[in-house]
Amino acid sequence: MAAKRRLRVLPGFGLSLGYTFTYLSLIVLVPLAAVFIKTSSLSMLEFWNVVTTPRVVASYKLSFGASLAAAGINTVFGLMLAWALVRYTFPGKKLVDALIDLPFALPTAVAGIALTALYAKNGWLGQYLEPMGIKIAFGPWGVLVALVFIGVPFVVRTVQPILEDLDTEFEEASASLGADRLQTFWIVVLPIIFPALLTGFALAFARAVGEYGSVIFIAGNIPMVSEITPLMIITKLEQYDYVGATAIAAVMLVFSFILLLIINGLQAWTARRTGREV
Amino acid sequence: MAGVVTHRAHPVSDLSRFENNPATREPPWVKRLILGLALSFFAVFLLLPLFAVFAEALRKGWDTYRVVLTDSDALAAIQLTLLAAAISVPLNLVFGVAAAWSVAKFDFRGKQWLVTFIDLPFSVSPVVAGLIYVLMFGAQGWFGPWLREHDVKIIFAVPGIVLATIFVTFPFIARELIPLMQAQGREEEEAAVVLGARGWQVFWMVTLPNIKWGLLYGVILCNARAMGEFGAVSVVSGKIRGQTNTMPLQVEILYNEYNFAAAFAMASLLALLALATLVLKSWIEHASRRDYAPVPEGRGKV
Amino acid sequence: MSIEVKNIRKSFGNFVALDGVSLDFPSGELVALLGPSGCGKTTLLRVIAGLEQADEGTVLLEGEDASGTHARERRVGFVFQHYALFRHMTVFDNVAFGMRVKPRRERPNEAAVRRKVTELLELVQLDWLADRFPSQLSGGQRQRIALARALAVEPRVLLLDEPFGALDAKVRKELRRWLRRLHDDLHITSIFVTHDQEEALEVADRVVLMDHGHVEQVGSPEEVYRHPATAFVYGFLGSVNFFHGRVDEGSVRVGDDHLGASGGDVAHGAEVVAFARPYELDIVTGSDATGGVAAKVTRVLSFGVTARVELDGINGSAGQHFEVELTRERALELNLTEGQEVRLVPSRLRVFERSVVVAAGVGVPQ
Repeated sequence: MAAKRRLRVLPGFGLSLGYTFTYLSLIVLVPLAAVFIKTSSLSMLEFWNVVTTPRVVASYKLSFGASLAAAGINTVFGLMLAWALVRYTFPGKKLVDALIDLPFALPTAVAGIALTALYAKNGWLGQYLEPMGIKIAFGPWGVLVALVFIGVPFVVRTVQPILEDLDTEFEEASASLGADRLQTFWIVVLPIIFPALLTGFALAFARAVGEYGSVIFIAGNIPMVSEITPLMIITKLEQYDYVGATAIAAVMLVFSFILLLIINGLQAWTARRTGREV
Repeated sequence: MAGVVTHRAHPVSDLSRFENNPATREPPWVKRLILGLALSFFAVFLLLPLFAVFAEALRKGWDTYRVVLTDSDALAAIQLTLLAAAISVPLNLVFGVAAAWSVAKFDFRGKQWLVTFIDLPFSVSPVVAGLIYVLMFGAQGWFGPWLREHDVKIIFAVPGIVLATIFVTFPFIARELIPLMQAQGREEEEAAVVLGARGWQVFWMVTLPNIKWGLLYGVILCNARAMGEFGAVSVVSGKIRGQTNTMPLQVEILYNEYNFAAAFAMASLLALLALATLVLKSWIEHASRRDYAPVPEGRGKV
Repeated sequence: MSIEVKNIRKSFGNFVALDGVSLDFPSGELVALLGPSGCGKTTLLRVIAGLEQADEGTVLLEGEDASGTHARERRVGFVFQHYALFRHMTVFDNVAFGMRVKPRRERPNEAAVRRKVTELLELVQLDWLADRFPSQLSGGQRQRIALARALAVEPRVLLLDEPFGALDAKVRKELRRWLRRLHDDLHITSIFVTHDQEEALEVADRVVLMDHGHVEQVGSPEEVYRHPATAFVYGFLGSVNFFHGRVDEGSVRVGDDHLGASGGDVAHGAEVVAFARPYELDIVTGSDATGGVAAKVTRVLSFGVTARVELDGINGSAGQHFEVELTRERALELNLTEGQEVRLVPSRLRVFERSVVVAAGVGVPQ
């Protein structure tokens, strides 16, 4: 009996998948693998020493700490913004809705110098804050401000569609059973939007950890104080220490892979919880 | 990581349903508090930086623009930025369509992994994105010696900038199209095939018109990022004035030289690009909502 | 055109959708594939259309093996459950699609396309909608446009997947009659998938009953309804009463009561379920009545042409519920009251072994 020819109904499977896989490999997978191959030229001990020098460790602490704090701030205010956009009518709402995505559209370097101009000693905000003893630009607080800026859209844009689709019946049922508004929010609304909120947090956090352009202008880049991890890679590169730069990059990559898997899991959870694609 | 900006084509329902419904309405003071906090946050973190860019740029009047925009280095930077976007966006467009077609229209093993890998560049720090190409094509890299022998420059040259730009904008269009095409299903394409359509006819006549808004949406976001990328490009550029500086890199150089007015003038061009992107984005959302909106009851009845 | 499928097997992962299905669809008939969701009926339709490839078995179109023929070349008309109208094209362009995508040398000229589309739109009585978009049509209109589009390529066979599934009850009934009339005019071999027994019995020339990837019975609506071949068919078509009992010396015994009918060829002592339709049961009153099964009247509904009596089993049939359909006259004559104890006497009974009934997933065997 002749072998059965596999007939696909829709055309172009081989072509599209082949092209996708080739392009993905050439642009993304092979170059990323280079990081690990280059790193493997170090012994475990050498690798450990490179990625745990005090200055690098200080950068991890700042990058992680500031990113966590920024993602947290964005979660709180992002939820309020999403709530206001979905539930309230107010003048300029369309403008606010459109400008939420500004951090995605505005080049990071532009954001960086704009924030620096605002918070520097003689800037619009800095001139009031510095006399009060609050020094933001050229220090760790500057890093935080920049990371808050670039993370604004994540929580808003993950929570907003869930809130829009949320059937008012849940809250009506809750109210008719005697719950007050706060109880309804905590017991009924929050559990439904929680996975989306967490996803937004994780996305903002992941973006913040890797961020470079908006931070370096405002950070001041003082060793041990306000150097972020991506800057350490640049610094090593400028000293032609490719192996050192690559080792730190490997640490960051492993971390981003883990975060990516967590985010995928969270998005699947959101989809299950709300019965919709996120 | 702009993975969350997928465009919302479903119609936004009447919002006053919340404010007029006692079960979904907060006490007025709570509403005022939430609105006040949310809008203050919005004003401080989003509006003020945007105003600052234009205010700083205009601090010394319109003349700055004339000076900056006639400077040959600035013009070269603008040209290079346009070139990088003009190459990377179409390449990622073709990739995005191919990836979405294979993922949405066929079943195969490992599909979920493929989708995860497509997302990878969003979660990689731009600095690392630049570094990987240095490791591949730099003087010390895998192909470094071979490239030097053949007198090809990739790192600290235009090809490196283009590569880094492709990497950081890699998932934009695919991410937009995959969920859209998955949601649209396969029935229309199957119907076309049963009616006798072949290969490209199915794509051009049935699929493309259905995904045009999503496609356009992905393209403008991809383009904004391509023109604005800083971290990845700064690693591979070498920052040679007039040759390997893109607009964002030019901003940095001018800023570090304390030429603030010029830096902000250049920055304000990029900010205008961002605003144009947002306007286009809102328009696409509006247009696609209109296209996909269900017809009011009764109009279609016999 | 005649269609024949032989020994078709198809599974999706661990789920077996079609488990060795062989069927014959003679030319010119309108056949219904009927069964519960997940029984494999839609998969079979898609296999015939070439939209799905069977793991095993062959599809013969007009006696010719179609396994190597792409869906595009099979010349089947397929009407999708949700119509799959091209949403960016007008009704006219939708119907014209099949002609316009033909290779250049076979493609009719634009005037011929226009003529044909107009003709088809007149056939489905929607010529006045040519310039509308699918989103501007009602469900029933979309359905008819989808049919016109499928007919435009002059298919040798018409396949319809749940053609009335997405419509509301009134439109459904109308379209059902319309489809039947259309088929009588065109006489094109047609197969449609449905889970609605009324639809299948009313519209089709022949009904194929399917369950769990198997064909349970094939026959005319009359045949499958009057003479169900299996426990599944019996349970699936129309309402039915179950008597759970045991075969005792040739008759069915429920507790201490004897159902008058024979146990058929089921072995003595076997646990069985006897099936009877509501109109196949009679109610006998009076203390001297002995045949049948004892039951207590719970409710009498006598507003229609026929009267419906609901009963609970007592004694041997305790815990079972029954439904009897009587003529109005008979109901008046009996003058039943709620709580009254009566006996149910079947005029006809089908007996199946309990294990068979459980396997078919029919009823609620205790």
